[in-house]
Formats: sequence, structure tokens, C-alpha cells
Amino acid sequence: MSNIIKAFENGKAFIPFITCGDPDLETTAKVVREAVKNGADLVELGIPFSDPTAEGPVIQGANIRALAGGVTTDKIFDLVVELRKDVKIPMVFMTYANVVFSYGVERFMKKCAETGMDGIIIPDMPFEEKEEFAEYSRQYGVDMISLIAPTSENRIAMIAKEAEGFIYVVSSLGVTGTRTEITTNIGDIVSVIRENTDIPCAVGFGISNPEQAKKMAGLSDGAIVGSAIIKIIEKYGKDAPPYVGEYVKSMKDALR
Amino acid sequence: MSKGRFGIHGGQYIPETLMNAVIELENAYNHYKCDSDFKCELRELLNNYAGRPSLLYYAEKLTRELGGAKIYLKREDLNHTGSHKINNVLGQALLAKKMGKTRLIAETGAGQHGVATATAAALLDMECVIFMGEEDTKRQALNVYRMKLLGADVIPVKTGTATLKDAVSEAMREWTSRISDTHYCLGSVMGPHPFPTIVRDFQAVISLEAREQILEKEGRLPDAVIACVGGGSNSIGSFYHFIPDEKVRLIGCEAAGRGIDTFETAATVNTGKIGIFHGMKSYFCQDEYGQIAPVYSISAGLDYPGVGPEHAYLHDIGRAEYVPITDDEAVNAFEYLSRTEGIIPAIESAHAVAYAMKLAPTMDKDKIIIVTVSGRGDKDCAAIARYRGEDIYE
Repeated sequence: MSNIIKAFENGKAFIPFITCGDPDLETTAKVVREAVKNGADLVELGIPFSDPTAEGPVIQGANIRALAGGVTTDKIFDLVVELRKDVKIPMVFMTYANVVFSYGVERFMKKCAETGMDGIIIPDMPFEEKEEFAEYSRQYGVDMISLIAPTSENRIAMIAKEAEGFIYVVSSLGVTGTRTEITTNIGDIVSVIRENTDIPCAVGFGISNPEQAKKMAGLSDGAIVGSAIIKIIEKYGKDAPPYVGEYVKSMKDALR
Repeated sequence: MSKGRFGIHGGQYIPETLMNAVIELENAYNHYKCDSDFKCELRELLNNYAGRPSLLYYAEKLTRELGGAKIYLKREDLNHTGSHKINNVLGQALLAKKMGKTRLIAETGAGQHGVATATAAALLDMECVIFMGEEDTKRQALNVYRMKLLGADVIPVKTGTATLKDAVSEAMREWTSRISDTHYCLGSVMGPHPFPTIVRDFQAVISLEAREQILEKEGRLPDAVIACVGGGSNSIGSFYHFIPDEKVRLIGCEAAGRGIDTFETAATVNTGKIGIFHGMKSYFCQDEYGQIAPVYSISAGLDYPGVGPEHAYLHDIGRAEYVPITDDEAVNAFEYLSRTEGIIPAIESAHAVAYAMKLAPTMDKDKIIIVTVSGRGDKDCAAIARYRGEDIYE
């Protein structure tokens, strides 16, 4: 059991996603600290991947910029060590299976535990495949966060029963990115989850403004935002931290 | 270990959003592959629309010039739409139609799979969207036009290296956003289970025929079967019914690009390592942190950083050999087969011909090689002309 539960003790959780190394790791560190200062309850740190098949154009762009800047998995672990000097809220990685696999699954999970990462989200590792990594994540106390999608239907109970940390409820079909409208019946999905587990669930994919965040968190335990934050970083580059801080504050205020 | 494994390879490494779609596909396939009406309809399409069985042609002049083993060519280039791709596409499109899908999406590299998919969609009254790397739309402009002529939308993919792997990624993204009416007609023996098995079964018709044909012509099995490998669909189809015949050498020819000692290569088995990408565990060209490498080959159809999981397994157990063929060797073979036999092979298939040119002279005259000519080379003429410094317009 990791610290992730603490993220859900301050009312509805606000969970920002940040791609590490976009545009550089110094900026990432500042962005994370601004987000924490302004009310983020949990931070998702993206380890960039060359071919992120679950991402829309905005986060794909962040992955390309970060890799072009020379970021690596090892440099990101160094960033975590540096952040952990003062960042106390739970943090999880979000990356693709090959990044973990090529690093060595046991080595990766051990390093997560040593540096203070609480969990990991791997969008291309569904329920059927997760044991390959979970064997090691359990050993080192790192939560493997499960995703539940609008198409999960008969699979929700099975996934929820084995879920760890929190459940990432995917709001819509398709890839990450901001959407004007979310049409999935999130309430129905969450009620099936609730019948099968007590761990919290947060909604992500397509959320960009305080109204959407409030609505989605109202149906669950929190809201996850990625592309809207990446857009701010894309626009302001190294000067992005205070703008991200301002944005996080507006989102967390809407959830209070 | 999850479903769809070939040794340690294969699996279903895909977003949760797609899991029910691949399960639905697997169930439908398991049902229809034993359904006699389905088998009958597919047989009818393959024989009377695509032109099967394809010829097993004794290349007498090529054999004489090379001075070694007898060379037979399995002529998949003579299929309707000009390549082996139609074998798989007709099967999948018919299956999708039975599943109630009304729309086909597909990736394409050289454009052959895109053309085949657009063709099946036209025939079966389905909507069709093809994803093609922008770089490939330039290399294979004629095929882009063919797909449009057949009624398909062609979406140029600008992300990453703008080649086949990016087209696959984009088709997967599209499938994630629209599942209920859409079937992803994957073109090779790759991706998540059940695709590597489905595509292999539909392509296995190549070796089913070739085995019968060679037994009829020669009264014995061949000593070697040679085919080119990108994702690996024509090669697995060419190998499949020979796998139990342990004396038959199975040889896959990978695109070495400018050489396996350079970064400009797509020879996955020869230069890659085990990884997880595009839904499967297999060999991939990648860096030490698992970032997928920007591969290169003159052939858009072989320009892919991975290989199908069954090939990875056949390599692991030593049942098949995978050899690298450079751009130069492939272009030479493209020209050589054209001149000696009057057969212009696809530049992909020319990789297999190139290895036959090396191997045949080292074998006795009573030995037999089957080389799969997976497609015809009309689409490549302009690119090869440019490679030779001649600027022709398509």
C-alpha cells in the first residue's frame, strides 16, 4: 500500500500530468513545485516515449520535444530524487511498457521505490498482461494503476477487484487531448467500480477547464489533466511554471 | 502468460479501450474459421476474384545463369492488386462484414496493403480509411492515387518518421476513437493477439499451395524457402506449412538498408532486441532506453522497426534464419530478375530474390529453392530509377 490514498484526503483530488523534460528537466522541476504549491494532490510524471500510441497530438509533441532535449529514464530518476527533497505529495509515473521493459522491470520498480515514486500508469499494459510487471511492482511497493475505459463494460468488476492505488477512469474513446464535451456516462462506470473496490477513482482524458473538472470529479474522486497543462508549457516554454501554477489553482479551487 | 504467445513473444499490449474489441474479434474469428459458409465465400473470392491459386513458376533461365539449385518462384505478384496482401484482406474484410462492421481502416507502407484494403472495401461496400506515412505517400504516389480511385480516404501521417510505424500508430489511435462500426484491417502478422494468428492463417494459403505444387512438379519438398520480412506476412505465409518439414530451410530476408553496421537499417532480427511495442512482445530496433529507432530501407514495405512475434519465435528456436539484404543488393536483384525472367518484382520481394542469387550458386543442381515473389514492381519503377540517378515522372 503506497501513499496514493493521501491524495484523496483533501476533498476531490486534482491530478496534473507533466511530461518530464519538456522543454527541459529544470523547467519540469519548477512546474511540479508550482503545481504542488497551488493545490495539486498527486502528480503524474510522464517518461517520454518515441511512439506514444495512446496520446493525441499535444502530448505526442511534448514527448518529441523532451526526447529531442536528451532526456532519459535515468535523468528522470535523478529529477525524482531532487524533487523528493521537498515534494511530499504522492507521485506516479506514466509511461509505455517498452520504457519499463527495456530498463529491466525489477530494476525499474526498485528504482521507483528508492527514489520515492508511489505508482505507475502504463496505458499499453491491460489487465491480461499486467502480472508480468506486477510481480515486481508488488515486491517494491509500487502501485500499478489500472485504467478503465468507456468500452470496458463487462471487464470493470474484474479490473476494479485487483486495482491498486487509484483507478484511472478514461472519460472518452480515443487518445488524450482536450475535448469540448464528454458524453460517456461516467456515473454508471463509477458505480460498478464502487461495488467492487474501495480505492478511489479519478477521471481523465479530455478535461481542460474548471467546469469539466468539477463535473467529472463530482462523479468520482478526482480529475486528471494532461493536454491542457502541456499546452501551457508548449506556449510559454521555460517561463511556463507560474502560468501552470495559476492554472492548477483555478482547477483545484473548482474542486474544493 | 496471456493469450496469443509464440514462445515469449506476442501477447496483447494495448490500451484497455481496445481490449473488448480484440476479444470480440478473436471470438468471431474462432467461430467463422470453422464455418463452412464463410470458408466457401472466402474460397470463392480468393479463386474467382483474386486469381488463386498463384503459379509456382520454374525460373529456368535464372537457374541456368546462377548455375546452382533449381529456383521456383511463387508468384504472389500475379494476384489481383499485385501482391500477397489481398489474401489477408479478403479474409479480414469478410470477417468484419460478418461482425456487422461497415468501415475498414488500415495502415500501409508501400501502399500494397492499402490498395488491397481499398479494393476489398469497394467490393464489399464498406467505408475505407488508409493511414500512410507522409514520406511513403511521396515514395509511392501511384498507390495513393490507386487507393483514392478505389474510393478510400488516404490520411498522410506526419508524426515521427512519417513511415510505416507511424501509420500503424495512427491507425491504432483511430481505432481507439471509433470501434463500434470499424474493423482495423491490420496488414501484417503483428500487433496484438489475435492479429498475428489471423493474418498468418489467411496468408498460409501461399505455403499450402506451394507445398502441393512442388510435390506435383518435383515429387519432393524444396530444400529452402526464401521470402522477404518486414512485419512478416508473406514470409510466414510462405513458411507455415513447411514448418513441420524440418529439412526445409526457411529463410527470411530483412531490409538492411545501407547496412546492418549503420544506423540506416531496418533489419530487426539482426540488429534489434526484445521489446514491447504496437501491441506485441518481439524484436525491435530501439535504443538502450527502449525508444524505438528511426529505421530505414529503400523499401517502404520493409521499413518497419519490428517483426511479427511468430518470426521472433522461429528465430529463437532456430527453425528459421533471418538474413540482411542491403538496398544495393535488392536493387540489383530487382533489375536482374526483370532482365533474366521478364518479371519485375516489388522492391520488397527483390530482397528475397537477392538472397536466392547468393544461395543458389552454392547449392548443387539437384537442390530446389522456392522464392516468394510477394508483389509486382510497377509501383517501384520511379523510385528505382531515381536510385539510379534517372529522374522520371510517374
